[in-house]
Amino acid sequence: MNLFDYVRASSVDEAVAAGAKPGARILAGGTNLVDLMKMGVAEPATLVDITRLEELKRINWLSDGSVRIGSLVRNSDLAYETHFAKTFPMVAEALLSGASAQLRNAATAGGNLLQKTRCSYYQDVASACNRRNAGSGCDARQGLNRLHAVLGWSDHCIATHPSDFCVPLAALDAVVEVTGKGGSREIPIESFHLLPGDQPGKENALEEGELVTAIRIPADASRFAAHSRYLKLRERTSYAFAVVSAAAAMMIEDGRILEARLTLGAVAAKPWRSREAEAAMIGQMPSKDLFDHAAGIALREASPSGNNAFKIELARRLAARALSAASAGTPTAMPALPGSPLSTFSGDAHVA
Amino acid sequence: MSLDHSSDTSARPTTRYGSNSGQALTRRDGLLKVTGQATYAADNHPAQLAYAVMVGATIARGHVTAMDVEAASRHPGVIEIFTPDSAPHFAHDPDEKMPPFGFRLELLQNHSVRYAGQPIALVVAETLEAATEGARLLKPAYETEEARTTLDNGVEFDPKAVGVGGPPSTSHGDLDAAFAASETIVEAEYSTPAQYHNAMEPHAVVAEWTDDHLTLDMPNQALAMSCASYARYFDIPVENVVIRSPFLGGGFGSKAILNGPQILAIAAARKLKRPVKLALTRAQMYGPVGHRGQTWQTLRMGLSGNGRLKAIHHRSISATSSFDDFLEPAANASLPLYAADALLAEHKGLRLDIGTPGPMRAPGEASGSAALEVAIDEAAEACGLDPLEFRLLNYAESEPGSGRPFSSKALRECYERGAEVFGWKQRPRAPRTMQDENGLLVGWGMGTAVFPCPMFPAQARTTVRADGSVLVETGGVDMGQGAWTALAQIAAEALGLEAHEIEFRSGVSTLPDAGVAGGSGHTASAGLALSKAGLNALAKLAEIAANDPASPLFGAGNIGVVPRGGRLVRRDDESRGERFADILIRAKQSEVTGEAKSMREPENAEKFAMYSHGAVFAEVKVDPDLGQIRTTRLVGAFAAGRVINPRLVRSQYYGGMIWGTSFALHEAAFIDHRTGRVMNADLAEYHVPVNADVPSLEAILVAEDDPYVNSIGVKGVGEIGITGTVGAIANAVWHATGMRVRNFPIHIEDILVL
Repeated sequence: MNLFDYVRASSVDEAVAAGAKPGARILAGGTNLVDLMKMGVAEPATLVDITRLEELKRINWLSDGSVRIGSLVRNSDLAYETHFAKTFPMVAEALLSGASAQLRNAATAGGNLLQKTRCSYYQDVASACNRRNAGSGCDARQGLNRLHAVLGWSDHCIATHPSDFCVPLAALDAVVEVTGKGGSREIPIESFHLLPGDQPGKENALEEGELVTAIRIPADASRFAAHSRYLKLRERTSYAFAVVSAAAAMMIEDGRILEARLTLGAVAAKPWRSREAEAAMIGQMPSKDLFDHAAGIALREASPSGNNAFKIELARRLAARALSAASAGTPTAMPALPGSPLSTFSGDAHVA
Repeated sequence: MSLDHSSDTSARPTTRYGSNSGQALTRRDGLLKVTGQATYAADNHPAQLAYAVMVGATIARGHVTAMDVEAASRHPGVIEIFTPDSAPHFAHDPDEKMPPFGFRLELLQNHSVRYAGQPIALVVAETLEAATEGARLLKPAYETEEARTTLDNGVEFDPKAVGVGGPPSTSHGDLDAAFAASETIVEAEYSTPAQYHNAMEPHAVVAEWTDDHLTLDMPNQALAMSCASYARYFDIPVENVVIRSPFLGGGFGSKAILNGPQILAIAAARKLKRPVKLALTRAQMYGPVGHRGQTWQTLRMGLSGNGRLKAIHHRSISATSSFDDFLEPAANASLPLYAADALLAEHKGLRLDIGTPGPMRAPGEASGSAALEVAIDEAAEACGLDPLEFRLLNYAESEPGSGRPFSSKALRECYERGAEVFGWKQRPRAPRTMQDENGLLVGWGMGTAVFPCPMFPAQARTTVRADGSVLVETGGVDMGQGAWTALAQIAAEALGLEAHEIEFRSGVSTLPDAGVAGGSGHTASAGLALSKAGLNALAKLAEIAANDPASPLFGAGNIGVVPRGGRLVRRDDESRGERFADILIRAKQSEVTGEAKSMREPENAEKFAMYSHGAVFAEVKVDPDLGQIRTTRLVGAFAAGRVINPRLVRSQYYGGMIWGTSFALHEAAFIDHRTGRVMNADLAEYHVPVNADVPSLEAILVAEDDPYVNSIGVKGVGEIGITGTVGAIANAVWHATGMRVRNFPIHIEDILVL
């Protein structure tokens, strides 16, 4: 680990000022950044510790019914906030499907947005990686890539964004609030993460020195509460990143779908929302055929970036399953295995 | 997890009076561990401690051409940098093997790189952070040669030995004739991946020299053997080496054999004349400290029309390093289990640019069983027989080949009990016929578990004192399996005392040599020594008493005496006796000491085949669309001689069965063959099961009385749970899906019908 300066910010302004210096990195939960520093992947000149900023630790319900999640709210605090979990059940389910209890107790909402890909070549400084080191090449392209991107990838980078939390956030039109030297602004979550193109190092829409202060979920997202689900296929029952995941939600009235949402996770460098798939469900009656059709649309542009063609069909099936589960109704209690496809059956009671 | 103990038969066919063995005592060290008071090696911080960090090669083959020693030296706090240009001298040539188990090691003897992760430098600094950054600043440059890490580009050879000195080829009967006489032949290929031990506690050492005396705090599974080896590397008398290894956070075989990084740290401490600590990072455990080598196996079986095995031909290509040999004796898994007219188990070696593999929990037995038990399932299928019926039909009543009787073999009872508890009778023969209420595919599979019961020479000492206290000593190794507890129970049993009534010392090399904690033989080996040492101490007491006219035991020499609650009493009249202490006080002796060296009776070892056995039954559920697999039930029934502590034994079986789950469904090192490097060298990506992957485990202890394995009747339980389980799960996946996956671990895409 390199020598670095450590600054403890006592206000958002102080954090922004310190964070704007070259080589500065913001330290929140540290569950990802500290690991990357140990690996030598991150070598900040300055660590700006924002963990004392109380104003970023609150969950505020605004008068219009929307919720503002401070960027330092811990994953578990958010997932177990009763009103939040009832209003945005698939967000809570996504949070609880991620990492381990210990990590969820430390990891923050803002940090979740900013976490790095788990591509093993990105995490390994001896490998070529355009995302980590522009122009060095991509060792993943011809390497071990069975879990890499099938959508939105480029020859420069085939990494995925590993977040669970961001997937339902994208489905629900969440907004990211950021503060920089020039003041505060809002970024729709769909525009927050960037596809790699020829500049995979530019991972998100943050300007130099901008700090994520909150994530807002709009009030009207609560209309999906009765029909939403986050499903995550993984290679062990917990504590694993997704092979593919899907957030599905809908409003059903008189047996017809008034509105639908579908976002895929672990398939691209950003949560992959398919508005076309959503549109195809509007006005339709829920059915397996409809969901298969919609899921197919979501994956229409998918192509393998390596030895991962199976992920395309798997993502399609999982998306269809998630839509089907959402249409059946949100479980009244959090499944014992949050996000697990093995928890998609038989109503509410899922015994671990 | 289901912890139903109703199936516990306590496995005590011969309850021994005055014994606390058979009791499910909790671990003696448990409180220390859960309260953080157990000091592991890296918890030691002697004064003046310096911190070492190893630098591992990032290529698999070639040479280091440059390192920026100057930049690293300039980093504040860096004390010394060891590279091949400034390598310490060793009295033993690291390119020579160190008998009996020592491997060729990388001790900076030259600039060559033979595998990724090989130590190429050691940086010592005032702090861990400074040493870490110093190591990073070295930025080695390489001349890289092509890495050979595949079956295609590795170099095949005929090994001289497999496993620990075993013959590479074993056979009996006329194989060709047996195949010729077979009506059906089943043949398939299987592969098992490289797996890494991943003990929770990394390999760590705190080395401290006082002149030419060396004290090592380190997790170690073979105290005496390691002391002897270190003495040779550093050219000091063996008695000058002390290893303190009170607690190990797992070992699984990887802490039984010397490794390069630890020796370099010890050498650094000597040169710098101050204590040095080295703890490998998780990633650094993927290279220089052993692993389970890859295998590519072929099983060919000849069957008669009625389902009798006529021929078994089990071949394994087992990977090893380019410079040393440790080959998974995988094909030998076929030797002791099923009766066939003819059998050939043979091995080829494959040289790869990898760190030398080593013994990892059930070396050979695990990977061999994985292939064999699936092959048996395939053979049963080919014969139209139920897999249990098929196994019973081919049950070996005596050791295949030699015809020797088994010292004991309650495998039939294991099959019966396991099948009954599992509900095996309800199993439809055809695959893909069972579904649960949610439409998940359900499959049931089984496998036979078997493991040899070796013993190692071991020593112990028991001291009975005139103040009424008893001290029992042996350099035993507690890796978490509960050795301190079970061994103390055996020692107490011999003395007719309760375990809490004796002081038990263990875990330091200055104590009598308890042998290697490996091969599932530690309890039997050290336990027998403890038992005999106790009996020897009592014999001395008895002799004093029997010859003392003032003793109630006077003249009892011919009748004999037995211990009862801290007293020696006449065998024929237990009301006549006296306290151990009173015998000593009257004889004006402060104590008597009994010592023992133990080994299996050679005559029994010659006459009998000795194995532990078991049967494992698995239920899996598979999502037919998504390929998500979960092992929803595992039932294992095991017979392994006398059970000293059912709680600990059950825990070993659970651990083995969970390990088997890992082998079947999760665990593998992913090697990028372009560079020969492991790309998932961390616990986030190298998957082992979580609790939710093993929702229901049941281990049934089947009673077995074995008078031949040793006088305490103990076989061994540490590794057997893996065997059988891997195959049982793979067979259950087949039964659920109709898809036969022969490459481990089974991945989602292997069973996905696209």
